[in-house]
Amino acid sequence: MLLNNGPGMGMIVKTVIRWLKGPIFLFGLYIIMFGHVAPGGGFAGGVVVASAFILMTLAYGETYTLEFFSQDTALTVACIGLLIFIGLAWAGTWAGSGVFFDNLTAGMEGHNAHIFLTGLEVGSGMFVAGALFMGFSVLMGHYGGEDEE
Amino acid sequence: MNEVLALLILLTVVGAIVAVVTPNLLYSVISVGAVGFLLAIAFLLLSAPDLAVVQIGVESISLVILIRATLGRKTKKDVKNPLVGVAFAVTLVAAIGLFGLQVFYEFPQFGVPTMERFADAPAATYVATGAEATGARNIVTAVLMDFRGWDTLGEGTVLFCAVLGATAIMRRRARRKDDASQ
Repeated sequence: MLLNNGPGMGMIVKTVIRWLKGPIFLFGLYIIMFGHVAPGGGFAGGVVVASAFILMTLAYGETYTLEFFSQDTALTVACIGLLIFIGLAWAGTWAGSGVFFDNLTAGMEGHNAHIFLTGLEVGSGMFVAGALFMGFSVLMGHYGGEDEE
Repeated sequence: MNEVLALLILLTVVGAIVAVVTPNLLYSVISVGAVGFLLAIAFLLLSAPDLAVVQIGVESISLVILIRATLGRKTKKDVKNPLVGVAFAVTLVAAIGLFGLQVFYEFPQFGVPTMERFADAPAATYVATGAEATGARNIVTAVLMDFRGWDTLGEGTVLFCAVLGATAIMRRRARRKDDASQ
C-alpha cells in the first residue's frame, strides 16, 4: 500500500481514507437499497457512492483510483443504470395498465410490494454514482488519453 | 388572483417579444432576465415556491453570465433616444416590484400546507394513497419514483447530458489519431 509515497495527500489522510472508503461505499449502497422505508433513495445514495471514489481520488491521486473505477467503467455503470430505470418504466407500461411508470408490484404482500421501487432506486443510484464520478474526473482534466508532446 | 396572473403572463409575453425584436443586444439580455423573474413571480402566485427559488437562482446566474458575454461585444451604441431605454427599464423594474408586492398578499399563512388550500390538490392524494398505491413507506420515495417518475427520469437525463457535454468539451485530444494530426 502506497502510504507515504506516490501522488496525493499525506500519510494521515491516506491512512484515514484507507479505513473509511469501504464504510462510505457500503453506506451509499444501504441508502440506495433502503430508500423505500427510510430517508434516502437513489439520488442520495448515488451521491454517497460517488463521494467515496472522489475521496479516494483526492487522497491517492487519479492513477490509483482509476485502476479501481475507470472512466469507461463509470460511464458504463451510468448507462446501465439509466437503461434499468427506463426499462422498468417501460415494463410497467407493457405488463400493467398501459401507463408509463405503472407500479407492477404495488399490490403484492409483504416485501414483494417494494420490488419495483427498489429496482428504480438501484437504477437511479447507478446512474447518479457513475455520472457524478465521471463528471468529477473529467473536470479534473483527464479524459482522452495522455498529453500530446 | 386570476386577473393578476393574466396580467403577469401578458407582461412575460411582451418581454419575450421585446427580447426578440430589439436591435440592442444588452436590452435583449435584460428583457430575457425580466421574463425569467416575472415567471418566478408567476410560480409564487401559483403556490410553487420551490420552483420560484430555482427559477430565481438560475435566472440570476445566467443573467450575469449573459451580460458579461454581451458587454465585450460591439453593439449598436448610437441609440437615438436614450430616454426610451431608461423608461423601459424603470417600467420593467416597477412592474416586477409591484407584482412581487402582490405575491405577499396571496401568500398562505405560515404553517398552512398547500393541500389544505386547494380541495383537489394532488399532494393530498399522494399522502392518502401513497403507501397502498406504491408499496413504499417513505412518502418521498413514493412521490419521486412512482407518482412523479417522469420528473426523476428528466433529472437523470439532465445529469447524463451534463456529463456527456463536459466529456466532449474537456477531453484532451480527439479520439482518432487521424483527426489529431490534421
